[in-house]
Amino acid sequence: MASRILAVMEQRDGALRKVSREVVAAARRLADGSGGTVDALVLAAGPVADADSLGRFGADHVLVATHPDFRLYQPDGFAATIGAAATGYAAIVFAATSTGRDLAPRVAARLKVAYASDVTALAAEDGAVTVTRPVYAGKALQRARLTAEPAVVSVRPNTFPAVESPKAGEAGTVEVPAFATRVTVREIKAPTQAALDVSEAAVVVSGGRGLREPANFRLIEELAAAFGNAAVGASRAVVDAGWRDHGAQVGQTGKTVSPGLYIAVGISGAIQHLAGMRTAKTIVAINKDKDAPIFKTADYGIVGDLFEIVPRLTEEVRRARGAQ
Amino acid sequence: MKIAVCLKRVADTTSKIVIGADGKSIDEAGLKFVPNPYDEFAVEEALALKEKAGAGETVVYSLGGDSAAETLRTALAMGIDRAVLLKSPGSPDGLAVAQALAAELGTGGYDLILFGKLAVDDYNHQVGGMTAELLGLPCITAVAHLTIDGGVVEAEREIEGGIEVATCSLPAVITCDKGLNNPRLPSLKGIMAAKKKPLETRPAALGDATLEVLGLELPPERQPGRIVGEGVEAVPVLLELLRTEAKVL
Ligand SMILES: Cc1cc2nc3c(=O)[nH]c(=O)nc-3n(C[C@H](O)[C@H](O)[C@H](O)COP(=O)(O)OP(=O)(O)OC[C@H]3O[C@@H](n4cnc5c(N)ncnc54)[C@H](O)[C@@H]3O)c2cc1C
Ligand SMILES: Nc1ncnc2c1ncn2[C@@H]1O[C@H](COP(=O)(O)O)[C@@H](O)[C@H]1O
Repeated sequence: MASRILAVMEQRDGALRKVSREVVAAARRLADGSGGTVDALVLAAGPVADADSLGRFGADHVLVATHPDFRLYQPDGFAATIGAAATGYAAIVFAATSTGRDLAPRVAARLKVAYASDVTALAAEDGAVTVTRPVYAGKALQRARLTAEPAVVSVRPNTFPAVESPKAGEAGTVEVPAFATRVTVREIKAPTQAALDVSEAAVVVSGGRGLREPANFRLIEELAAAFGNAAVGASRAVVDAGWRDHGAQVGQTGKTVSPGLYIAVGISGAIQHLAGMRTAKTIVAINKDKDAPIFKTADYGIVGDLFEIVPRLTEEVRRARGAQ
Repeated sequence: MKIAVCLKRVADTTSKIVIGADGKSIDEAGLKFVPNPYDEFAVEEALALKEKAGAGETVVYSLGGDSAAETLRTALAMGIDRAVLLKSPGSPDGLAVAQALAAELGTGGYDLILFGKLAVDDYNHQVGGMTAELLGLPCITAVAHLTIDGGVVEAEREIEGGIEVATCSLPAVITCDKGLNNPRLPSLKGIMAAKKKPLETRPAALGDATLEVLGLELPPERQPGRIVGEGVEAVPVLLELLRTEAKVL
């Protein structure tokens, strides 16, 4: 049976977030298993730039639900809208972001169906959705089957690469039902540091206690800037010391990141740090101690003084990217 | 103010995970079990809010086997007034757990129900939000800063690239993130007092599971890495490998 999959998009300030294309890519996998279709649902207060491009990334239909209260995240309104639109879908796919993690359980509870969070693999098998998800701080992988319809899942950012596969059918709208506003999101306060979030960036450059003092994080920021699309992360040691915001912390009590490239600078590689970054595709470590545990996990390591190595690396990365 | 806290007993996160004989769960032999760290923020917040209000009651709930009583005693030793053990083998399906908790909490007359943002064993990240939805209560999740004034809740939660400020009114459900507070340690006096505090046990009304665990595996080992060199001379070597082998440049 051909199944219909609903992919829930995220936008901010009227622009689609990058992770939304990954959600379409994940939904596509479920749909293709059964010759089904993907509907991408955008919830917003007005027009969303880029929404049309979703067709290029594998959405058969792009549906828009518009409501004046949807300028920022509106948990009750979003959940009511998706809940009402859910009929007939075999699965609903969210991003495992701060919004998706808040919203997906609400939708699943409304529909009285199971929800699998933060999945790193998914498939349609024998008419049901099966998922793989990290548990125990990434120390084990759980495989599970969702036996109720729709199957509600959220996918970990950076694990389902967006693919261009033109599909675009007709655009449509989804009605926003009347909803009781119980929670109001009033504003988004800008962070003090870090423009790009570690959990979403394709490249993460993290610094640890080896940097000796907060001002030296400039070296990390410059290396990140050289990549163009990199976020600055940190070990807990330097977050606890107040050098960086908690939002930058990678690890068991911080964020879990799965970038294409993770560079650990002056970080020893404690098990709790590894819990947050071991699923990065490529890991590079720079540490002066050749026995530092991080070298066991890193694909490539350089032994030496970060104060010499990082500036040189920044320069080379700049040059390499400039030459492209 | 009447406050409920939901607390899960979990394996200590420093534990080495060994897959059990059923191939679907962990081997619990020799593991140390602790209160879920995010739930400790919830316990602390409940205690601090009651202290600030100068009156009220704090109640802690745990759904689990007999051993969860020990975890509940820890919360009582921290200062929670009474505990309820909802006896159940538990479930990997968060909705089934949320249904049992909602059935219990719905009749409690609580002004505030606190959860952790996630349990560090199953990483489900859902029971708090689901319970709120089942109860029809407002809910703000992963809260790192909370103020309650005249029945109005204002909460901050970290989102990608910013901090979201959300408000709702009581009664409400809040799930707690790191940064909210620093949980107190049980005092010796608290530990003695906890032995005399009420701990009720009754069966849990677990919902029907629609999530079936097929298996649990250890993650594939990363390919052993290599040290490409020492000092600045290694930088060009690294760049070459990133370009040609890892293809990330
Ligand atoms: C319950 C719990 C949860 C935790 N959660 C987290 C978490 O989420 N994230 C996290 O990161 N940690 C976490 N930790 C802490 C973790 O155990 C480590 O203490 C922490 O990761 C260490 O940070 P670090 O590597 O920056 O510092 P260190 O361990 O001090 O390492 C500094 C490294 O820098 C190197 N170095 C020094 N100078 C130079 C130089 N000039 N050039 C090159 N290298 C240099 C040293 O060789 C050393 O390896 C947690 C701990 C516990 C108990
Ligand atoms: N068995 C349980 N007993 C009591 N509370 C629970 C239980 N399972 C989950 N919770 C609560 O729900 C939160 C989120 O858990 P989870 O959705 O499993 O990650 C936890 O931090 C607890 O506050």
